Amino acid sequence: MGVKPKGRPLTLTEKIFAAHLRRTGREAPPEPGELVEVPVDFALGNDVTAPVAIEEFRKAGAKRVFDPERVALVASHFVPARDLKVAALMRKMREFAREQKISWFFPEGSGIEHVILPEEGLVLPGEIVVGADSHTCTYGALGCFATGVGSTDLAYALATGRLWFRVPETIRLVYRGRLGPWVGAKDLILFTIGEIGVDGANYAALEFAGEAVEEMEMEGRFTLANMAIEAGAKAGLIEPDEKTEAFLAGRARRAYEPLRADPGAGYARVLEWEVSRLEPQVALPHLPSNVRPVTELGEVTVDQVVIGSCTNGRLSDLHLAASVLRGKKVHPEVRCLVFPGSHRVYREALREGIIEALAEAGAVISAPTCGPCLGGHMGVLGEGERALSTTNRNFVGRMGHPRSEVYLANPAVAAATAVKGRIAHPAEVAAPPVQAGGERR
Amino acid sequence: MSSLLRGRAWKYGDNVDTDVIIPARHLATTDPQELARHCLEDLDPSFASSHSPGDFIVAGRNFGCGSSREHAPLAIKAAGVACVIAASFARIFFRNAINIGLPILESPEASRDIETGDELEVDLEQGEIRNLTRGKTYRARPLPPFIREIVATGGLMKRLARELSGASGSPEAKATP
Repeated sequence: MGVKPKGRPLTLTEKIFAAHLRRTGREAPPEPGELVEVPVDFALGNDVTAPVAIEEFRKAGAKRVFDPERVALVASHFVPARDLKVAALMRKMREFAREQKISWFFPEGSGIEHVILPEEGLVLPGEIVVGADSHTCTYGALGCFATGVGSTDLAYALATGRLWFRVPETIRLVYRGRLGPWVGAKDLILFTIGEIGVDGANYAALEFAGEAVEEMEMEGRFTLANMAIEAGAKAGLIEPDEKTEAFLAGRARRAYEPLRADPGAGYARVLEWEVSRLEPQVALPHLPSNVRPVTELGEVTVDQVVIGSCTNGRLSDLHLAASVLRGKKVHPEVRCLVFPGSHRVYREALREGIIEALAEAGAVISAPTCGPCLGGHMGVLGEGERALSTTNRNFVGRMGHPRSEVYLANPAVAAATAVKGRIAHPAEVAAPPVQAGGERR
Repeated sequence: MSSLLRGRAWKYGDNVDTDVIIPARHLATTDPQELARHCLEDLDPSFASSHSPGDFIVAGRNFGCGSSREHAPLAIKAAGVACVIAASFARIFFRNAINIGLPILESPEASRDIETGDELEVDLEQGEIRNLTRGKTYRARPLPPFIREIVATGGLMKRLARELSGASGSPEAKATP
């Protein structure tokens, strides 16, 4: 943070690229649009993407990963192994991890990479993180440049510790005011995607700022950054502050250098919204940008409610869902599936009585997995079925049959919907909780 | 490889996402031929069985949005699609296509004009798309030389293999940490 800006003021994204280029001996900061190859600080893959990367790694004749301390392989998507084919993919990843002595192999049941890696202090402010999973942008909540890539990119990064990038333009999003009851990070990001569209930030980096973001706890910030990709963004960043520092204290696995944007930095666009009157938002099928306030939906019955995922599977999310469901019953026509984001979240939710409250209400508590979010495993939708989900995508066939439907919302709306059997405002079911946990309510 | 491609167009709309290009139920394989059999299954179930190798996919804005699954461009490439032409590409798909050597061209004009069944001739080097059915020619946005070089080498890992075997050919200042 102590580095004096040379020349023009830089956005946080540009500053991170500039710092990484300095490591390669280049002093001049990059220009947006420029193609650069930079060192990466951390790389990750999962059971869907790593097997392809491992094949590419071997085909190219690479022998060792660039640094086994800076690689994570996470069995997250079709876990516990769905079938024989998946079991073979898991085995391939496990054997590679063993052979390469990779420090951060997370076996089946550990959870979802985007919940685990921040929990474990493996991704840090100021870093460049690449992950063969589109929701890698989640880590931007810590003030790093974290971006989703494909398997070939991962293979290249594993082999060399570098990757090519087109330095993105930066769009600054400013949220004025404090969020009301039942409104959290999920509503902010759904609202934003509704405003700018599913390609509104294509190739660009988003930087989130303003009072609503400053007030937000880290767990909410991860939710916010997580869905940057749903606006097409390459990354979604939040400047590190005392909340970031508190989160990382005793957790960070490496030394790091937090960076902040320079005053007067050049943004491609700056968008500002007053959000104190924002209502809970719902994305209707079949695009995350098809967003409306929950009160404008009318009668929409559902067959399934899913609570979890890398977007809303953290402790504060489950806490929020439990605060609505406690002492009530899931509607008899609804299946309510809860997926804690990680094994740690599961254990903490157990200790806090959250799991008990959810199970007593009739929810099914599953092992941590990405499964249902992508229609892969454990909760696939049948033809003509409709789900309300705290996940991140509602494309055609996303959660199962091509003629099924997905609505996206926050965990409180999901819990209220599970009780009512139709999409409902949480206020219909419960009194607003007092401030606690991660998301502001 | 000749850079002059010829085939028929298959036209789709905006925001063709990776879930419809290759649904998650088929992700438990890395076999390109198996992926090809399910290419575009949830968008156009007839595509995989009806198209001919050498045909083109033509689409609107934000082609390939969503998941980072490389299985999507792999399925398209293995299906024998010569090139994807779109008004714009989602960035992870854009990277993946380049990295695996699947030709892509960005041309809002071509995307607007071309319809399914049109006979196209595409010059990748010139970034020129000729619509033989309608007698029109469209320009595509040229790819930067660095990216053209990756595609021409046959993908990012072929470039790396060359580097690892000692023959260096990077057009960029190499930023070795």
